[in-house]
Amino acid sequence: MSTFLIGLSCRECGASYPADARSVCEACFGPLEAQYDLDGVRRAMTAQSVAAGPPSLWRYAPLLPASFEHRVDLGDGFTPLTRAERLGAELGLRALYLKDETRNPTHSFKDRVVSVALTRARELGFDTVACASTGNLAHAVAAHAAAAGLRAVILVPAGLEEGKLAATAAYGATLIEVDGTYDDANRLSSEVADESGWGFVNVSLRPYYVEGSKTIAFETAEQLGWRLPDHVVVPVASGALLTRVARGFGELAEVGLVEPRPVTVSGAQAAGCGPVAEAFARGDEEIHPVRCPETIVRSLAIGDPADGVYALREVRASGGSMVGVSDDDVIEAVALLARTEGVFTETAGGVTVAALARLVERGAIDPDETVVAYVTGMGLKTLEAFAGRFVPAARISPKVQAVAEVVPW
Amino acid sequence: MVTVRIPSALRPAAGGEGRVPASGGTVGDVLDDLIARFPGLRGRLLDDEGRLRRFVNVFVDGEDVRHEGGLARPVGEGQEISIVPSVAGG
Repeated sequence: MSTFLIGLSCRECGASYPADARSVCEACFGPLEAQYDLDGVRRAMTAQSVAAGPPSLWRYAPLLPASFEHRVDLGDGFTPLTRAERLGAELGLRALYLKDETRNPTHSFKDRVVSVALTRARELGFDTVACASTGNLAHAVAAHAAAAGLRAVILVPAGLEEGKLAATAAYGATLIEVDGTYDDANRLSSEVADESGWGFVNVSLRPYYVEGSKTIAFETAEQLGWRLPDHVVVPVASGALLTRVARGFGELAEVGLVEPRPVTVSGAQAAGCGPVAEAFARGDEEIHPVRCPETIVRSLAIGDPADGVYALREVRASGGSMVGVSDDDVIEAVALLARTEGVFTETAGGVTVAALARLVERGAIDPDETVVAYVTGMGLKTLEAFAGRFVPAARISPKVQAVAEVVPW
Repeated sequence: MVTVRIPSALRPAAGGEGRVPASGGTVGDVLDDLIARFPGLRGRLLDDEGRLRRFVNVFVDGEDVRHEGGLARPVGEGQEISIVPSVAGG
């Protein structure tokens, strides 16, 4: 299984480039995207060849922009697609599925993008990898860099959740807190990428990095029996995941692994940092960046989403919606998911579930549609956001009667 | 005079330099000065109506000019202007 990557091309003007460490078109500044020999993929990739691959995202190697042989694979991806009957019953959906990304090695979907980006980083000869992160990417880069023997430098906005900081520093990465927002750290990382020559996964390696997100769509289709769902709900930060989910479904149809059919793609944001949802509500094609995000959903707190315009177009073109939800609704949705399905998600997953509930209420989702909600990260990483909400019912002396007073039998 | 930081993707169109001195009272003036010397930058930075292209972010001392009046934002002596491409999320 090798890659069928043939080069990079500009999403805006179509200019072609070799598949090296570059992310921006020199002609128009548009983002560069990986291009594949899809005829070759069609011949090499079958349901049988995928099934014979490893239980990780590398089972889709022909459609990834790095080679299987060099893979940095901690068992990334191939997470469960769970039929969510109890949550579905609460919401009024008869065919609801959850893609449970909490099961990834560092407990978020970012393991997918990092596995691909660091594989490509090794192929391109980088000895240092880096990123700007709201926390989950930091954790994923630190772990994979450690396993691959690469040095990692990580920039985060100051004041992230303790769990994300500890989980990053533990792997020996150099973790640097930056005064300011994620967008400040991101701008800094772009400048440092130019000066340092390090492999910034979301800057210099971006065309490869974002391709990892497609695998969440590949798995969804495979786990549904090589069939596309009717409607998916995806959390939106930079917008890259949402656009890649759509691209993933499209590529599977192009290479003949699924019957082509329209998939409605809806996006979810926190109202306290919802520039894409706001543009959708305005009927606007332009995104107005949010200067100071105010939400407990740190992992989605990107005020200036690089792929926001593309995510907005994808949602509109597919007949989906962008939904902004309040922090209170996020917490309640986290609790709802946990008590109905046994999945404890971080706040971003609460955004997805809350948006799903809103879409059902509005009649935007038919009760019989096959719906997939992407639960992108694990609740233990954002305990601060749940302070005071998920707490013991009582503290008692070790006596039978004391238990009966709390829970009568 | 101000200093303009040129990202690597634009350096071929700006004489290969990573930092270029320029002058002007606003961000727009500074970019015009830069474009006068490196005409190849015009189409990369500005659209047909003279507005900043979608994927071009301009910062003055770390502040995104879109929050502060865009091309009309005043710039002072010695400030640093940074041109930065959009970056994927994290």
